[in-house]
Amino acid sequence: MIDILLHIALVIGIMLALVMIAAGLIWLERRTLALWQDRYGPNRTGLFGTLQVVADMIKIFFKEDWIPPFADKKIFVVAPAILMISILLSFAVVPFTPLIGVVNLNIGLLFFLGMSSFGAYSIVLAGWSSNNKYSLIGAVRAASQMISYEVFMGLSLMGVVMLSGSFNMRDIVLAQQGRWFFIPQFLGFIIFFIAGIAETRRLPFDIPEAESELVAGYHSEYSGMKFGMFFVGEYLGITLISAMTTTLFFGGWLGPAFLPPIFWFLIKMFAFILFFILLRASLPRPRSDQLMALGWKVLFPLSMLNVLVTGALVLYFKL
Amino acid sequence: MFSILRSIWLTFIHMFHKRVTVEYPEKKNYLPPRHRGRIVLTRDPDNQERCVGCYLCAVACPVDCISLQATEDENGRRSAEFFRINFSRCILCGYCEEACPTDAIQLIPDFEMAEYNRQNLVYEKEDLLIDGQGKYPGYNFFKHAGVDAGVKAKGEGIDEEKPVDIKKLMP
Repeated sequence: MIDILLHIALVIGIMLALVMIAAGLIWLERRTLALWQDRYGPNRTGLFGTLQVVADMIKIFFKEDWIPPFADKKIFVVAPAILMISILLSFAVVPFTPLIGVVNLNIGLLFFLGMSSFGAYSIVLAGWSSNNKYSLIGAVRAASQMISYEVFMGLSLMGVVMLSGSFNMRDIVLAQQGRWFFIPQFLGFIIFFIAGIAETRRLPFDIPEAESELVAGYHSEYSGMKFGMFFVGEYLGITLISAMTTTLFFGGWLGPAFLPPIFWFLIKMFAFILFFILLRASLPRPRSDQLMALGWKVLFPLSMLNVLVTGALVLYFKL
Repeated sequence: MFSILRSIWLTFIHMFHKRVTVEYPEKKNYLPPRHRGRIVLTRDPDNQERCVGCYLCAVACPVDCISLQATEDENGRRSAEFFRINFSRCILCGYCEEACPTDAIQLIPDFEMAEYNRQNLVYEKEDLLIDGQGKYPGYNFFKHAGVDAGVKAKGEGIDEEKPVDIKKLMP
């Protein structure tokens, strides 16, 4: 009984911590983006502007939560929730440390891939139910982008699965003792990271949102806390992809013993989050067809090759 | 591929560059003396008002924010009876300064005129008048003008010839 209560407390704690990190990322992104553009960013509210998060939250809670009369109301309301649910559920399989983690699933990696496919519904339904041409164009772009990048996102992880011999995230981390998987699986790491950027619809692959072309893409009609959920969902997505990259390729919680495991995990995760922001600061957005061409003509064959070569080597050396 | 990595690196290097933002209320930028900011009315070296109420500034003003009424004293010296600038309309273009024949109206490097009440942005003559001569010291219009307005007699000006006696035949 006590065990179950403790576990529920742990689950709620992880969820709250994740939402807090995602909200804090709004501040972190604005500050670091400003740093790379020779500006200051929000530095007035509180120490180094950290209370900016609170100000943003207060503002977004008190904005009018407007549902356009031409929208398909039920789907319009449900769509942002699907995004949050799918990303928060994906975090269930992430092992933060040997002790901190929601569930030890034997098909954890497949669960993560399934949930990231589920997230595509949120975007498509949001664009569809808005009944707005810009939203629809954004949704169509999101559908093509997310579905095609999911294909080799899964394929690029198969090398990791072959090397560790398991779909269980904890086993994958434990198999990386002594040698993190980004060394034997460097190609897989690069492809997974690029696919991860496309999955979270972050710059430079923010084609579904594309504010300079499509107003705000699939969430043009959203306001108030529904928009806030898309916004926080985007940052949760960044955190998820960074956490997955850390777990699958950079040894998760593993690290020298002078720091506790959770710190190693957070350090690696935040390094990737900062890299996400650096990419946003430096790269322009490609055209939609360029993204498709990169995906199907370059990354897809490369990930197939990666699976073939890794499989052959694993068979040959009986690793 | 190389250019993508290069641009990521160049952006990263910007972390160590100096930031261009001037944190305004604490630090203030240097404004050059000819900066076009708040409008003032200046005085001549004898501490008299320079404005002669010619309406040229009000005519030049593209947003019609200047209104004034000219008057004359017992010597025939013109001045403004009232002089009103509505700074909620003023676009600080400086055309009034260009138009002014007596260097009375001048724009100074001050722009901090924010008010909570819009009516407070309407400046009357006593708000506009300053004690100094502004950007053109030593200039007194009535010392150059051809009229006698109590400053000097006719023909006594700095670069002025004596009045011609139109009854005489001599040149």
